[in-house]
Amino acid sequence: MSTALLESEEMTDPTVAPAPLLSAGPAAPGQEAAWSTFTAIPMPVRNDERWRFANVKDLDLGAYAQPLPLGEANREDLLGRSRGLEAAAGRMVFANDQLLAREVLSESLSQMGVVWLPLDQAMVEHPDLFQQYFMREEAILGGQKFAALHASQVRTGTFLHVPRGVEIDLPIEAFHWLHGRNGSCFPHTLIIAEDRAKVTFVDYYESSDANAPGLACAVNDLWLGAGAQVTYVTAQNWSKQTLAFQINATVVGRDAHAKALFAQLGGRHVRSESVSHLRAPGGRSDMLSVTVADGAQEIDARTFQVHEAPNTASDLLYKNSLDDTARTIFSGLIRVDPGAHQTDAYQKVRNLLLSDDAEANSAPGLEIEANDVRCTHGATSGQIEEEELFYLMSRGISKKAAQKLIVHGFLQEAIDRLGHEAIGSKISELVRGKFVAHA
Amino acid sequence: MPTEELTSSSIDIDRTRGDFRYDEKHEFDAGVGLTHDTIDYIVNVKGEPDWIRDWRHKALDVFLSKPMPTHWASKDLENIIFKDIRYYLAGGQKPSRSWEDVPEDVKRTFERLGIPEQERKFLAGVEAQFDSEAVYSNIKKAVGEQGVIFMGSTDGLKEHPEIFRKWFGKVIPTGDNKFSALNSAVFSGGSFIYVPPGVKVKHPLQAYFRINAENFGQFERTLIIADEGSEVMYMEGCTAPKFETATLHSAVVELVAMKGAKIQYVTVQNWSANVFNLVTKRAIAHEEAEVKWIDCNIGSRLTMKYPGVVLKGRKARGEVISIALASDGQHQDTGAKMIHAADETTSNVVSKSISVGTGRATYRGLVHVPKHLKGCKNNTECDALMINSTARTDTYPAITVRGTGNACQHEASVSQISAEQIFYMQQRGLTEAQAMSLSVNGFVNDLVREFPMEYSVELKRLIDLEMEGSVG
Repeated sequence: MSTALLESEEMTDPTVAPAPLLSAGPAAPGQEAAWSTFTAIPMPVRNDERWRFANVKDLDLGAYAQPLPLGEANREDLLGRSRGLEAAAGRMVFANDQLLAREVLSESLSQMGVVWLPLDQAMVEHPDLFQQYFMREEAILGGQKFAALHASQVRTGTFLHVPRGVEIDLPIEAFHWLHGRNGSCFPHTLIIAEDRAKVTFVDYYESSDANAPGLACAVNDLWLGAGAQVTYVTAQNWSKQTLAFQINATVVGRDAHAKALFAQLGGRHVRSESVSHLRAPGGRSDMLSVTVADGAQEIDARTFQVHEAPNTASDLLYKNSLDDTARTIFSGLIRVDPGAHQTDAYQKVRNLLLSDDAEANSAPGLEIEANDVRCTHGATSGQIEEEELFYLMSRGISKKAAQKLIVHGFLQEAIDRLGHEAIGSKISELVRGKFVAHA
Repeated sequence: MPTEELTSSSIDIDRTRGDFRYDEKHEFDAGVGLTHDTIDYIVNVKGEPDWIRDWRHKALDVFLSKPMPTHWASKDLENIIFKDIRYYLAGGQKPSRSWEDVPEDVKRTFERLGIPEQERKFLAGVEAQFDSEAVYSNIKKAVGEQGVIFMGSTDGLKEHPEIFRKWFGKVIPTGDNKFSALNSAVFSGGSFIYVPPGVKVKHPLQAYFRINAENFGQFERTLIIADEGSEVMYMEGCTAPKFETATLHSAVVELVAMKGAKIQYVTVQNWSANVFNLVTKRAIAHEEAEVKWIDCNIGSRLTMKYPGVVLKGRKARGEVISIALASDGQHQDTGAKMIHAADETTSNVVSKSISVGTGRATYRGLVHVPKHLKGCKNNTECDALMINSTARTDTYPAITVRGTGNACQHEASVSQISAEQIFYMQQRGLTEAQAMSLSVNGFVNDLVREFPMEYSVELKRLIDLEMEGSVG
């Protein structure tokens, strides 16, 4: 990526048409290798197990163009709409991969050597850290092509390095806006928590126009040193016409604890890939997700819990509610490597179908190569019980409202498991917002 | 995705049962390799009608055009050398009518397999396959009087084409997968059963299969039709002698349960540890019919078998009860398919697997509930037991549910035998192997009870045998 781009950006919306993405080439010098990888890998096909159930026809990238800088009025508008938590340690706002604002709200962020910078700046100022951690984990769940696209197009993002023993109490936030018809953006989040560091981070993915088509291709990597604790949340609310990818890798060190919650609300076709590497004894990863799918949305989640060391734990809970003709896919795998004894792994997906045309696909998998383990998975698909509806309706609540209450209660379990009240209520608020928009 | 390599040394297991063979003379031998000439040879020898000849030729084209399913299945499939396999061998003799006609050495083979003489008397009919042709086929008088047809599939297609043709290849079309196409091209042997409306066959119909020639694949084809309101239980058990090079067993079994009919299909598979056992089994259950697959896999090098039920009529029910024991070097890749295609259909899958030594047990499941169906229910439970730290177990279910009227649940767990349990039994004087056997038998006990008596006794013996070698 290039720092030059930031300096030369224009202050008004340019009149020239942006370059089509497929013929754009790399965003800046240094990204050519990623571009050739992107062009070399063929588009996914349906008989690839990693794309099973997915409508691979939806993935055509032909319509999208490279990101364009925003004009002044649009910047102000989006800054005003970037409303996150009441209390945060810091906030960055990006639109079309351009930094609009960086606010340090809590002293803890600037003290004790915390590096919290736009990615492009970090690349220049902290080349060693950048080299060591930037996109070091390969996308192994089928999204290599899109990870390569991201690597060839990424211009900026969040870089957060928390040194040993430093605990940041308040959450840090980043907003990534997608602006303009058929535009694109490539949000990047890289969090490195050194030994015993503690941090909570929230990414908000939003479109300026709820109906504009667009492409979003995000990568977020979390690195946890010994005893580190990282809570990471993405609130994904792209426009209804967005094709979105999110490729996540979490590397959990000794006795470290990672917790992630993905709220999937927006998007036309959303592909989310999340891998937790339990790399050293005592590590633990909680993987949570809530999906509210309606209209013709397709939300495709692939997960991988890789137990590479003994005495590690992982716990996954994905909850999907489906309305209209929405489709969800959950394909998850727990893998226990040879010798990874005393692994405790759990995986659960629950689908709540609200319409006769909704379709839930679940493929929870296990691959176990050690015998002293506890591994369980479960998948259920069902609908709202008539009795529950009747109970609420008999108390004067309309059927529609009662349904929403029940769905909300259903999703709340995963939100509560995050154990963060302020973020939990923010996510609940976004879920409610989607219900209101649907009615 | 699973990838592993198996060498011939890792599959070299000493097996006391079935580890024997006698010299054989084959009147008909299609030679090694598979071409359109092989097919003509088989058709000519068997004296089959022209429609079967066309059918086989078409199936061969499909087989040749389909790739190996190694994008999801074990890479071990690539070790099958199709050109080294014999596709048809036969003694040429007609199925014998009575026990006295059965050649002496064949009788001795059965003796070693542990089929006691008395037991046969209780069996409704015995269809024992010795290589490709049924050597012995005996239908008890009582069953025949009820109008039940029980014969080899070759005789079935010649003598009862009006029933046979209607369903043959309809449950499992030729192009379903590469190995169903192979079977359609070269099938011989297997059973054809028709149970007339309302007839309840009291005694289980039973068939024993064996492979007894080097590099010889068995491609039996079984078709069972239970007409309205009838009931039948079919049992198949396999043991095979040990060979130097791998053999291929690729059967196709089709079941049709008409309105209100009940079919139970019981398999105990104990092929020797160099056999590729790639079997396609599927049933169609019409209105209020019930199909139950009871499947136990103990032998073979690689088994890939996912019995399925297409629940086509309202209130149809499908069930798969599966036990898999994967010992050193073995891969038991088993599972179930439940295709719900009508309202209020229910299905149940219970699978238990045990992985011993370097054995690998895999469960693959497919549950499909398409849209606008009401009141469909599926329950799937998979439990895996790991005996050694070198063992491996996988679970790959796939569940698709549409609409609001249905419920599916899937659960799987992986565990090991608790050290406390073994210690408890050992301090009461049991050896470690005995304690392991008891534990493992306890783990599968609720499923073993689903098997007919003689099979469950045999199963317990087999598990004991496998556990003896697994400790120490």
